[in-house]
Amino acid sequence: MADAPTIAGKGASFDVTAFFRRYAALTALIVLLAFDFAVTPNFASWQTLNVNLTQVATIVIVSVGMTLVIATGGIDLSVGSLMAIAGALAPLIFLSPFGRAHPGLGDALAFIIPVAAAGLLGMFNGWFITRFQVQPIVGTLVMFIAGRGIGQVLTNGNLQVFKNPTFQFIGLGRILGVPFQVIIMLALVAAAAWTFRRTLFGRQILAVGGNERAARLAGVPVNQVKRWVYAISGLCAGIAGLVVVSINSSSDANLVGLGMELDAIAAVAVGGTPFTGGQASVVGSLIGALLIQLVRYTLLANGVPDAAALVVKGLIIAGAVWSQQRGKFT
Amino acid sequence: MTAPLLGMRDIDKRFQGVKALSSASLEVAAGEIMALVGQNGAGKSTLIKVLTGAYRRDGGSIAFGGEPIDFASPHEAQRGGISTIYQEINLVPFRSVAENIFLGREHRRYGLLDWRRMNHQAAELLRRFAVELDVRRPLMGFSTAIQQMVAIARAVSFKARLVIMDEPTSSLDEREVAVLFDVMRQLRAEGVAVIFITHRLDELYQVCDRVTVMRDGRTVMTSLMAEVDKLHLIAAMLGRDLETVRAHATGFSATSAKAGEEVLSAEGLRIGRKVRDARVEVRTGQIVGLAGLLGSGRTEVARAVFGADPPDAGTIRLTGKEVTPREPADAIALGVGYCSEDRKADGIVPDMSVRENLTLGILPRLTQMGVVDEARQRAIVDRFMARLAIKAASVEQKIRELSGGNQQKVLLARWLCTDPKLLILDEPTRGIDVGAKAEIQSLIRELADQGLGVLMISSELEEIVEGADRVFVLSDGRTVADLPHTAASAPAIMAAMAHEDPAATGTANG
Repeated sequence: MADAPTIAGKGASFDVTAFFRRYAALTALIVLLAFDFAVTPNFASWQTLNVNLTQVATIVIVSVGMTLVIATGGIDLSVGSLMAIAGALAPLIFLSPFGRAHPGLGDALAFIIPVAAAGLLGMFNGWFITRFQVQPIVGTLVMFIAGRGIGQVLTNGNLQVFKNPTFQFIGLGRILGVPFQVIIMLALVAAAAWTFRRTLFGRQILAVGGNERAARLAGVPVNQVKRWVYAISGLCAGIAGLVVVSINSSSDANLVGLGMELDAIAAVAVGGTPFTGGQASVVGSLIGALLIQLVRYTLLANGVPDAAALVVKGLIIAGAVWSQQRGKFT
Repeated sequence: MTAPLLGMRDIDKRFQGVKALSSASLEVAAGEIMALVGQNGAGKSTLIKVLTGAYRRDGGSIAFGGEPIDFASPHEAQRGGISTIYQEINLVPFRSVAENIFLGREHRRYGLLDWRRMNHQAAELLRRFAVELDVRRPLMGFSTAIQQMVAIARAVSFKARLVIMDEPTSSLDEREVAVLFDVMRQLRAEGVAVIFITHRLDELYQVCDRVTVMRDGRTVMTSLMAEVDKLHLIAAMLGRDLETVRAHATGFSATSAKAGEEVLSAEGLRIGRKVRDARVEVRTGQIVGLAGLLGSGRTEVARAVFGADPPDAGTIRLTGKEVTPREPADAIALGVGYCSEDRKADGIVPDMSVRENLTLGILPRLTQMGVVDEARQRAIVDRFMARLAIKAASVEQKIRELSGGNQQKVLLARWLCTDPKLLILDEPTRGIDVGAKAEIQSLIRELADQGLGVLMISSELEEIVEGADRVFVLSDGRTVADLPHTAASAPAIMAAMAHEDPAATGTANG
């Protein structure tokens, strides 16, 4: 290919195809929204927006961490299990005698400790993968299996039911009418997008994913970068776990975050972040999650059963991968 | 006179409106070794890809064996009698030699694979090229040269009438190159035509019958090898007049600079099985050449000094401090830079921009509270793009889209902007066209004159002889000679390389 001249994007027609290839998910989202406004009954309402955003928030929060991990060329299967651990820990803390005696401190610790624990377990994933040179899919599989077990051991496998308005603000509260978890979601997306654009850490993530050997020889602390992305993925999963148990007013370590790893990976894939690493689009992951959610909502609202929605979800992922591949070969 | 085996005439090829080839031509006779040379971007690879069907031509005709041809894919070309051997060997490292040779057309017997027959034929085939080895062993256990032979044997076993070799010698040492040349002569004797693409002009005179020179997508010269000297060849490739070329054989001028204080001293290095007792020393303002055949441990020494693969034994002193760097970051902190031999695998981050690649090493220093100071970053990039005359559409262009020479300049700039005291260059001009090569060589000299200490590994003797102020010669993992510029002639270095260590022979026997 050395002899093939390369040309920077010139000419209007070239730009248009490149635009649609790059923003395939966004284009699909806009088309789908237009369809919904025209066809789906009662679509243009505040409530519809809220329902969709609330349902998508946890997936997006987890996808943010997942995008960082995938940008290094890794993958994190443990996020669902870490959600279960965080979700199990929080009620244990505010329902404990100490938590009841000091409600303010108890509620604060019920946020901090579970999220920190999920972050530390994520850090452990990163340590395990870098220390023993394990493939990320195997390294995080360990925590995927063991994590849910830890969650169940913590609660003796019991369902914890609770009512704690202060704590549950994270899942049920609103600020100026906007659900609080949606604000968390947007804040995390913005922070991660900014990290990739402006910070040393962001550039180093992309360098590690783009060419690990070259990055190391250029002085990038490869192992440290990897440990941190798994830790951040854990933190995001921890937050998502708290949101889920708050919405449910109950915590069941068997169910919290079940299948979340695949939803998050799907959102990242549809959003256009390649799994080979070295490139990342956090906003893409947000759009990917929104697209998957909206397709499901559209089908349900128009009377198509949930099972069919799963098939469509699969097709969207296939379509996303196809559009990326096409970008590579033309 | 009979018609040539291959005749490509008036070949045109455009990429998105830009001409890559314009009425290029190439004629090769049966039983002839044709050299195909030109700078990067001259159109050699494009021409070959048009021939083998990897690209569709926009115009022109191709005749092979007297008949017009139009291959749709390299696979079809292979079946039609044209085999290509690439620089990166396209074989399966985990499978055996015989399997690789018969991959895709295995012999069968009663529906099962007939291993005995395949192994026998593979061994037979390799013996034709004076290669004796156990064809049942996995390919990855053999040296690059042997792997290349296997690739050639595979090509020949397709009953190829034309074998194209795209820079086959770039990862071979001199002995291995000699073996390869014997194979090429053997092919010629059997009536097979060979197209040989290389950057090393010396090699052409050893094996080639004729040479075709390309420049800017055109065929500018075809000549009998014996009728053209090296200077005319270079002039044809560069399109410059002869006077400017004659001035420098390499970009180095033979000024022996004054050596300053010591920046690197390594002694008694032992690294794995490849390096047993190596010693190097570099002072400021000095270019120190590290010479040796492939596999002599040159790269291993460089990587040990840089902290990429810490040594098992030995002392390293960097900028006066006795340290053993455990990570490249440690060495970088002491003012060391390392341009690796393999740009693609160890150098560039292909999907990142020129700007990001250039500042990858210095980025931590451009960061405040974790945030990159983009104004300073851009200023540094602009300064080094201008100083090294890096040609890119913009600083945001992806580095993989640049030519090899410009990629190398970006990687040099990656280190220069960190203001290093010692720069280790592993094959700094490998795979780079003649023009950019001279530019990089004179840049290295200029930097040394400004006080940088340079440790330069090179397989090209010319580069070491003309460029280095002091030469260390490695042989079989030992430093066997330490020559000042005045004593470092090509014969002296080669004599040192051939040096046989009695202790080594002793251990081999015992």
